[in-house]
Amino acid sequence: MQKDIESLLAEHPFFRDFAPDYRALIAGCGKNTHFDSGQLLARTGDSANLFFAIRHGRASIEIHSPERGPLIVQTVDGGEIVGWSWLFPPYRWTFDVRAMEEVRAISFDGECLRGKCDRDPVMGYDFMKRFARVFMQRLENTRLQLLDLYGSPAR
Amino acid sequence: MEAPRVEQVPELMLTTPFRVRKNRRETVDTRTLELVPAGESKMPAWRPGQFMMLYVFGRGEIPISICGDPEESSVLFHTVRAVGPVSTAMCDAKAGSSIGVRGPFGSAWPAEFYEGHDVVLVAGGIGLAPLRPALYRIMSNRRRYARVSLLIGSRTPDILLYPREMAAWRKRDIDIRLTVDAAAPGWKDSVGPVTVLIPRVELEPSRTVAFIVGPEIMMRFVVQALAQRGIPLSRLFVSMERNMKCAAGFCGHCQLGPAFICKDGPVFPYSQLAPWLAIRNL
Repeated sequence: MQKDIESLLAEHPFFRDFAPDYRALIAGCGKNTHFDSGQLLARTGDSANLFFAIRHGRASIEIHSPERGPLIVQTVDGGEIVGWSWLFPPYRWTFDVRAMEEVRAISFDGECLRGKCDRDPVMGYDFMKRFARVFMQRLENTRLQLLDLYGSPAR
Repeated sequence: MEAPRVEQVPELMLTTPFRVRKNRRETVDTRTLELVPAGESKMPAWRPGQFMMLYVFGRGEIPISICGDPEESSVLFHTVRAVGPVSTAMCDAKAGSSIGVRGPFGSAWPAEFYEGHDVVLVAGGIGLAPLRPALYRIMSNRRRYARVSLLIGSRTPDILLYPREMAAWRKRDIDIRLTVDAAAPGWKDSVGPVTVLIPRVELEPSRTVAFIVGPEIMMRFVVQALAQRGIPLSRLFVSMERNMKCAAGFCGHCQLGPAFICKDGPVFPYSQLAPWLAIRNL
């Protein structure tokens, strides 16, 4: 039997310990999605009115370079989320997101979520704290990548 | 618990000649040397985690971890990265040439004390070399351990160590996860620091031990991530690398607080070193 969005959110690490009534509210903005390997979840410059809670599979966050082609800057796996351009104007994706293998995810309508967060600031604050934790982790990861820790000390 | 120490005998201060049987290219700047005793030299007994002092005649002596299978008793394997004059000369050593060997030195990975546990091995860059003997030891006794995960971080895919061996390791029920700092399309594993792999590993924190090798900054963040999973610091073991010269605790070059990395380490429980690692310029 196919699980409903609320049940799927209860299994996802980003939402698992959210208050059940908030989870039910948020589930109303989500729907099940599926991407084949190589398919884009998001494209740089496009309108960003979605974010994704990855359930299974791996997706790459890419930037396209005219000289070097697409470059992967980060990957996200099942149990993680991707996309926060829906949070701030001008609501445009700043990176490509591509399925590296079959990806199953829940996609959320950003406008719907923003509306619910505005109407219930307590839930909105909880939601933003969860996003802030992800921001912090991704920033820390990026800093570690920039350090080139495994580079030759002679260089 | 402390990492098992191995009693040192006076002969360990003597360099004995070994012959380079093979010099195998691993990456653009890294080679694995296979050394066999020359003349009347004998093959020393060693344990996973220990290191040898290798001497390039006329150039100098440096500490290099032993990276072979502890059950292989006729050859010493050392993976060396060319970063200075001695290690560069070592990487250039031709088959048949001589290398001086002194050791083994230092403490060992305490793998045998954690049978029945989940084991997480975390390696950054060339840190996979000193971890490999522990992995071999675990694979030889695979049924005695629960889940075994090997998390590897590298700058780019082309400088990953031992890629050809990984398929065989996976067949021995080792959950290998790779991540690189940067990759082009076609790369199917993760991109990000090695810490991104830790939340994805299946483990039971109350029965998990971790062995970690890599740059100190990496190890610090790996320890934080493993501690967030609920694994106590006393079961997180790290292999340290400092300025080791004499390998016997005489010269003091590698001293960190009350410990000499060469003699008391290189393998330590993180909890033993944590107060000293927090002191800057030490």
